[in-house]
Amino acid sequence: MEQDLSAPGILTSQLDQAIGWARKYSIFQYPFVTACCGMEFMSVACSHYDIDRFGAGFPRFSPRQADVLMVVGTISHKIAPVLRRIYDQMAAPKWVVAFGVCTCTGGFYDNYATVQGIDTILPVDLYIPGCPPRPETVLEGLMLLQKKIQAQGRRA
Amino acid sequence: MDLAPILSDIEALCGAPLSARGAGSDTVLTVPPAKARAAVEFLKAKHGFNVLVDLTCVDYQGFGKGTQNVSPAPEGRRFKLVYRLMALDAGTGLIKARLALDSWVDGESVPATIKDLFPAADWLEREVWDMFGVRFADRPDVKRILMYPEFTGHPLRKDYPIKKRQPLIGPADASARERLSPADLRPRIVE
Repeated sequence: MEQDLSAPGILTSQLDQAIGWARKYSIFQYPFVTACCGMEFMSVACSHYDIDRFGAGFPRFSPRQADVLMVVGTISHKIAPVLRRIYDQMAAPKWVVAFGVCTCTGGFYDNYATVQGIDTILPVDLYIPGCPPRPETVLEGLMLLQKKIQAQGRRA
Repeated sequence: MDLAPILSDIEALCGAPLSARGAGSDTVLTVPPAKARAAVEFLKAKHGFNVLVDLTCVDYQGFGKGTQNVSPAPEGRRFKLVYRLMALDAGTGLIKARLALDSWVDGESVPATIKDLFPAADWLEREVWDMFGVRFADRPDVKRILMYPEFTGHPLRKDYPIKKRQPLIGPADASARERLSPADLRPRIVE
């Protein structure tokens, strides 16, 4: 066992793949649900569309135990600092999903009360547009997120 | 319930002829702002109007400009306070009557509070203050209810700049950032 296995780097890249694989199938999500998109989120989360197939069915209601922050619904300027704080409380690695057009851009709420896209207050990994997005759209987005998590390996 | 005796009672209370519009449960009565509280109190005490359905405000600044519409606002008074009352029979659960009171005020006046008559008016008066800047008397320390304390101005006033943003965190002008184009309207990953 005198031989140094780390030098060629093969073991490292395989470990990256394994970590990425493990992470993408055990997404613990924190649902930050503020508006009507929540109904569609419930539909995705429940057995009919069943995001548990993707390992993402387990909602954690503490940000400290969550991997993915699902921001579901309109974010007002009043709640924005709360959302930012929840994001800050999450332990790395963490990802953010903007669920629905209000979180992507503010949607049709171009007014005094609404944050014009949550990417103005925190980094977003995945945008799922729609008002609300259909469950199929969410599932497509979830698979894209899994692809990203896999590609990141342990670098995230 | 026949509203005619109620209307004449309120006219007597206000000491002036009042304009009424609508009919039946849609009747709206315009009362002078100084008499609005007295009228509500009177309706509650004497005629069984025991539910405050809504208390809200409308800003008529610039109303009807460039159209055929004529602003109903009297000169110098841009805000219309609307009190919507309902007489509910507690025994049968049936609605006996509905009546709305209009009262025109300007931005400076402080109409009397009715929160001692209807506790529900507390939050409604705070909302009127928050959104329109019409403050009710006897509550000098009124707090905002929907907007945050750091917010300045009253967003539902017609002269509040439509593009003005007062975010607590994040950029004040979010329009400068990159926007999603229609071609991007599918789930996408940002590297």
